[in-house]
Amino acid sequence: MMGTIFGIPPQALFGQLLLGLINGSFYALLSLGLAVIFGMLNVINFAHGALYMMGAFVSWLLLTQFGIGYWWALLLAPMIVGLFGVALEKTLLSRLYKLDHLYGLLLTFGCALMIEGAFRHLYGVSGQPYPIPEALRGGQNLGFMFLPNYRGWVVVASLIVCISTWIAIEKTKLGAYLRAATENPVLVQAFGINVPRMVTLTYAFGVALAGLAGVLAAPIYQVSPLMGSNLIIVVFAVVVIGGMGSILGAVLTGYGLGLLEGLTKVFYPEASNIVVFVIMAVVLMIKPAGLFGRER
Amino acid sequence: MNARLLAGAALTALTIGAALTAGSASAQGLSGDMVKIGVLNDRSGLYADLGGEGSAVAARMAAEEFGNKILGKPIQIVTADHQNKPDIGSNIARQWIDQDGVDVIVDVPNSGVALAVQEVTRDKKKIFLMEGPATSRLSGDACSPTGFHWAYDTHALAVGTGRAMVQEGGDSWYFLTADYAFGHQLEADTAAEVKKAGGKLVGAVRHPLNTSDFSSFLLQAQSSGAKIVALANAGGDTITSIKQASEFGLTQSGKQKLAGLLLFISDVHALGLSVAQDLVLTTGFYWDMDDEKRAWSKKFFDKFGKMPTMVQAGSYSAVRHYLKAIEAAGVDDGPTVAAKMKEMPVNDMFAKNGKILANGRMVHDMYLARVKKPSESKGPWDYYQILRTIPGAEAFATVEESGCKLAAK
Repeated sequence: MMGTIFGIPPQALFGQLLLGLINGSFYALLSLGLAVIFGMLNVINFAHGALYMMGAFVSWLLLTQFGIGYWWALLLAPMIVGLFGVALEKTLLSRLYKLDHLYGLLLTFGCALMIEGAFRHLYGVSGQPYPIPEALRGGQNLGFMFLPNYRGWVVVASLIVCISTWIAIEKTKLGAYLRAATENPVLVQAFGINVPRMVTLTYAFGVALAGLAGVLAAPIYQVSPLMGSNLIIVVFAVVVIGGMGSILGAVLTGYGLGLLEGLTKVFYPEASNIVVFVIMAVVLMIKPAGLFGRER
Repeated sequence: MNARLLAGAALTALTIGAALTAGSASAQGLSGDMVKIGVLNDRSGLYADLGGEGSAVAARMAAEEFGNKILGKPIQIVTADHQNKPDIGSNIARQWIDQDGVDVIVDVPNSGVALAVQEVTRDKKKIFLMEGPATSRLSGDACSPTGFHWAYDTHALAVGTGRAMVQEGGDSWYFLTADYAFGHQLEADTAAEVKKAGGKLVGAVRHPLNTSDFSSFLLQAQSSGAKIVALANAGGDTITSIKQASEFGLTQSGKQKLAGLLLFISDVHALGLSVAQDLVLTTGFYWDMDDEKRAWSKKFFDKFGKMPTMVQAGSYSAVRHYLKAIEAAGVDDGPTVAAKMKEMPVNDMFAKNGKILANGRMVHDMYLARVKKPSESKGPWDYYQILRTIPGAEAFATVEESGCKLAAK
C-alpha cells in the first residue's frame, strides 16, 4: 500500500477529486447560464433552479408519456425549456428592464416558487426514477475507484458546452454584437440590429442551458420538484465567487468549487454543504466583485 | 456591488420562502366544545411522501369512523408544515395549543422536530401521537407522560434489520448516517444490536440532511471493505443513496450489501423495483398482509391515490385509539386520556393486542421484509415479501431498558 496524504489514502483522494469534478460540471453548466443572462440582461435569474428541474421533468415526461429516449431528450428538453423562457421573457421580464435589479430577482423568484409548487402538487416530492441510457450503463474500474460511464459522459458533455459557449460569446461576430448590445443598446440598435429580439434569444439560451443540465442530471438524481432548489443556492454562490456576468469566471469557479467540495467531503464531511458559502464570504470581503469580475 | 446585492438577496429570498410556507398553518376559531386534532408534519420537503397529507387523510378516516363526532361534539382536523425545522415545529405546536384549542398533535416526522414538540406537549399536558419520528429517545430519556410513540422506532429497526443481516453473515458494518438526532440514534441503536449479534463496526460517515449527491460517501463506504453498508437515513436521502449506490456498482462485486435501515413503501415506489430489489427492511405495516389491512388500505388508496406507509397507517391507528380513549374517559384533558389510552389494548387493522407501556411506547408486532424482484411483483405497490414477524416484545425496548424516568413513578 502506498503512503497516505494527510492521513487519507491517495486512492480515496483521487476518487473524491474526480467526483468533485463531476459535481463541478453541474455547477459550471448552471452558473454559465446564470452568467450569460446576467451579463447580457442584467437580470438575476432566480428561476434558474426551477428551469433546471423542468428540464429533468420534461425529459422524464418525454420518456414515460411519449417513449422518447434520452438522446432526443438531450435536444428536445432544452428547446422546450428555452421556449418557456421566451414566453417568460416576452410576457413578464421584458417589462422590468428599466427598473432596479431587485424587481427582476423578485419576479423570477416568484416564478420559481410557482413552477416548483405546481410540479410538487402534480408529482409529489419523492421524485421519479429516470433510467440511465443503455449505451452509458456500467462503468470503468480505474483502480482507485469505480467510475460509472454516465458520470464520465456528464463531465465531457459539460466541458464541450461550456467551451463552445465561451467561444461563441467571446470569439464570434454574434457574440460581439451581444457584448456590444449590453454596453450600449441604443447605438447597436442604430446599426440596424434588433436588440430586444437578441435579448429574448439570450435569455432563452441561458435557460436552455439550465434545461440541458436538468436532462444530464435526470439519470443521476431522482427527477424531483425539489432538485432545483437544492442546487440553486450553491450555484448562486458560485456565480458570486466567480464574478457576476463573467462567463469564464463562472465556468472555472464551477469546476473549482466542485473539486474543493469533494476535498471537504474527505477531510470533514459535516462541513461539505457550507464550505462554498464560507468561501463566498471570504471572497466578498477581499474582492467584492468576485474572482473574475470587474468593478462597475 | 452586484455581488453583494445578490448574496444579500439570496439570503432574503430564503427567509421569504420560509416565511411563506410557515404562514400556511391553519388557524380557526377556538372552542372547548370540540376535539381538535392537529396533524403536524413535513408537507413539502423530503419527508412529505412518507407522512404529509397522507397522515391527515388517515386521521380523517379515523374520525369518520366516529361519524366525525365524539360525545356529541364535532371532531376537527387541522394541518401544518413544520419544514423539518424544530423551532418552527415547536412554535406551531405552542400556537395550536395556546390559541387555537388543539387537543392533540399527530405525526411529526423528523426526530429533531419531534423532540422539540415533545417538550411543548409535556409542558402543556397535551397528548402527542408520534408516528413519523424514529428516535427511540422519544420513549426513552425524552419521554413524556402524554407522549405516545406509535408506528416504529430506531430500536425496532435495529433489532429487525441489524440482527437479521448479521445472522446472514454480514458481520462488518459501515454506516452512512444522516447528521441529526434521528440518524445518530439509529446508528447507535443498530451498532449496539450488531455488536450484540457478534458483528463489528468498520466505520461511519455523517452526511447533511437532504443531500443530493452521495457519491463521495458511497466511495468511502466502498473502500472501507465492510460487508454491509447501512443507510441510517430516511425519505429522500435514502432514495438518492440507494439509487447512487446502484450506479456506482456498490453491490455488483457481491462483496458488499446495502441495508436500508429505514425504508418506507413510498421510497420503494419512487425507486422502482429494479433498483430497490432484494433490499431487506423492517416495517410496522404492509398493506397486503391480511384482509383487514387490504380493505383499509384500499379505502385509503381510493381517497389518496397511493398505498399507505407505516406512518400513515399508524396515524389512523393512533388517532382512532385516542378517540376511543376519550369516549371511554368522557373527558379530553391530556393526563386522563393518556392514562385511559395506556389501560386499553390497541386493536385495529394496524395492531393486534397492541400494548402501551408506561413510557408511551406502543408495542406491536414488526415485520422483516424483502423487496421483491420486478419479476415477482404483480404490479404497482406489490413490493414486499414478508420474511418474518418480529414479536413486539422482541422489537421494542422494555421500560427499564428505555431509560425513561417516568417508569419510577
